[in-house]
Amino acid sequence: MIAYIIRRLAYAVPILLGVNVITFVLFFVVNSPDDMARLHLGNKHVTATAIEKWKSERGYDKPLLFNEAQSSSERFTDTIFYRNTVKLFLFDFGQSDSGRDIGYDISQRMWPSLAITLPVFVLGLLLTITIALAIAFFRGTYIDSWAVVICVAMMSISGLFYIIGGQFLIGKMLRLVPISGYDVGFSAIKFLALPVLIGVIGGLGHGTRWYRTIFLEEINRDYVRTARAKGLSEKMVLYGHVLRNALIPILTGVVVVLPSLFLGSLITEAFFGIPGLGSYTIEAIQSQDFAIVRAMVFLGSVLYIIGLVLTDISYTMVDPRVRLN
Amino acid sequence: MQIVFLTTDVLFFVLLTSISVYAIYASRREHLAAPWRQVSRRPLGMSAAVVLSAFLLVAVLDSCHFHPRLDGAENSDTRHSGEISSVLELLIAPLKNNFEKTYSAPFAIYAYAKETIEVEGGATRRDYPRLRHAGVHLRDPLERRSDIMQRSLGGVVLGLGATLAVVLVIVTLRARSTAGPWSESLSAVVSGRTEVPWRAIVLTVMLLAMAVGFCVRVGPYYHIMGTDKVGTDVLYQAIKSIRTGLLIGTLTTLVMLPFAIVLGIAAGYFRGWVDDVIQYIYTTLSSIPGVLLIAASALMLEVYMARHGEDFANLAARADLRLLALCMILGVTTWTGLCRYLRGEALKLREADFIVAARAFGVAHWVIVVRHIVPNIMHIVMISIVLDFSGLVLAEAALTYIDIGVDPSMESWGNMINSARLELAREPVVWWSLCAAFLFMFILVLAANVFADAVRDAFDPRLREAR
Repeated sequence: MIAYIIRRLAYAVPILLGVNVITFVLFFVVNSPDDMARLHLGNKHVTATAIEKWKSERGYDKPLLFNEAQSSSERFTDTIFYRNTVKLFLFDFGQSDSGRDIGYDISQRMWPSLAITLPVFVLGLLLTITIALAIAFFRGTYIDSWAVVICVAMMSISGLFYIIGGQFLIGKMLRLVPISGYDVGFSAIKFLALPVLIGVIGGLGHGTRWYRTIFLEEINRDYVRTARAKGLSEKMVLYGHVLRNALIPILTGVVVVLPSLFLGSLITEAFFGIPGLGSYTIEAIQSQDFAIVRAMVFLGSVLYIIGLVLTDISYTMVDPRVRLN
Repeated sequence: MQIVFLTTDVLFFVLLTSISVYAIYASRREHLAAPWRQVSRRPLGMSAAVVLSAFLLVAVLDSCHFHPRLDGAENSDTRHSGEISSVLELLIAPLKNNFEKTYSAPFAIYAYAKETIEVEGGATRRDYPRLRHAGVHLRDPLERRSDIMQRSLGGVVLGLGATLAVVLVIVTLRARSTAGPWSESLSAVVSGRTEVPWRAIVLTVMLLAMAVGFCVRVGPYYHIMGTDKVGTDVLYQAIKSIRTGLLIGTLTTLVMLPFAIVLGIAAGYFRGWVDDVIQYIYTTLSSIPGVLLIAASALMLEVYMARHGEDFANLAARADLRLLALCMILGVTTWTGLCRYLRGEALKLREADFIVAARAFGVAHWVIVVRHIVPNIMHIVMISIVLDFSGLVLAEAALTYIDIGVDPSMESWGNMINSARLELAREPVVWWSLCAAFLFMFILVLAANVFADAVRDAFDPRLREAR
């Protein structure tokens, strides 16, 4: 098992290297650091010395890949590629363009993100699976077809509508919770209730329909017919057999997003003023802080790859047919 | 009039042409035509198709751009204005030109904000002024309600008349093709006994025609959906946004298609190191969270635009290029799924008997790919265009909200929502811009989702059994 996990993680290294090459090309080759400096300092009236100063403060004045001015290994380490890209592998995110420590910021801001995404994820999953099982119980009836119609309608509504509508109705008209903001400790609950509720509702349509398809696929299998033939009640068939076997396709979609929950949701955090990683990214985009966006891209792909590895491991736990090779 | 082709216009027409070519190609081959015929038997699917074609028509009309002619200018160089207009803008000119000063509610004839009005005799008072374009024909403001009722009734009648004409055409064509009596065809259509669900189609056409008739009769005299902060008609903005939404939904797929098809087939057909390299590329790309890759690319695009600012002829061309870039960026994040799917399909096909036979006869690889593999995977490509569409339309609004979407000067539902959402804090609430954008988006996405379901059911037999 451990050997398998190590091998699986080793596969991830070339992929992460590829991600880094992509961000490097995107941020330093497509546009030179000079362009970035000019954009930051205001486009028209910028002197060459101001650009040089901006670049040297952030370490962008080094050569891209190969530094001829240095000796031996320094020739490769004293470059933009090494300092800004390779170091990400050690989770050394360096400083943002405005001079803050990115690693510290991320460690501080991932908790508010998690405080929203985790409840949304858990509640949403429980609710959608419950509803989908109920729909599968009534399959082929009017309840089933109306449920599908409602799901498609809910899927067709923009996520922004749920957020704006929810803020307007619950925050402004009914005044049940504050419209936006954040607090530490237990007093955060009144700020978190609305975004969590909206997150769950927003994902309901798509999730329910997806799990309904999975359950219906399982219901048509032979083992279900056998279970019915030996006289089990429909409830026993659904909970004891269909749900357990449907866990395998459900796991594929669920486990892979688990690590990415740390990243938070860009839109939700921006609307509700939650100081998480999502709003961190948006602030970086709006203030054109390239170092933070670079770090988030790397972090995002690391978390995704961890999710893939976790998915494989969870398969071996729930499905004895899967072998580790 | 001087015709202009923006880059996205050209690509949009290329897409429409290739879809028509595929339609002609598929209609001559039974195995390709059969699933589509099945789609045409679904009442809901066909209703959605009618709505989609109405949106498509608007987008096509809005993609025929030209420089309008200036009045009075003699010199051939200055005869055309630098601005770009479209055929659609000509058709809805009354909506476009009815500018107010600022906000006004739907159907209102008084402005949203109080102003100082001069009364006769030099004195002034603070009151809501009359709007400049809405309801100016009314002598007595109290007539407003009955006037609107009268006009909308006229619009509905207009719509019903158009529907009647459509019904006549359908019934006549059907009577001719079945060689039966005319009355039999009529009763079949009315009672819904036809193979193609004409009744559902006629009902959808009726609703659409009534809505259009209502807008035609009432639109020039009132602001049906109010006006926004700078006094533009909201209905006009929402209609103009249709093109943006449709382009993002379709061009993204078009831009990524060559990569997905070529790489997917190459990986599946040639196997070996080609497969390894291509799999590595798409695994790497798909491991970056989509929104972050889009953010990074959009940021870089901004730097690029700032450096090459003088290369763009005018604002429209610049906004157009930014739209295209957004489509490309979205395409990069979505092509991996299709590529993986096509690879799997090509892997299966290369072992199929007819391809093994072709190889045994010594047919060149590229001939096998072009003649045997590509036609047999086209349905997957079509399904993915349809399935991705609704998600992309919704994504545009969300991306525009976080400043990495379309150009702020371009009409889009995302921009409408973005500029209107802060106005919910006003008293009285300015809700109409938001509602108009969400309504149009909802109708388009709902139609796309319903149509996509019909298409997928027809092409995926495994799902059909599970129903």
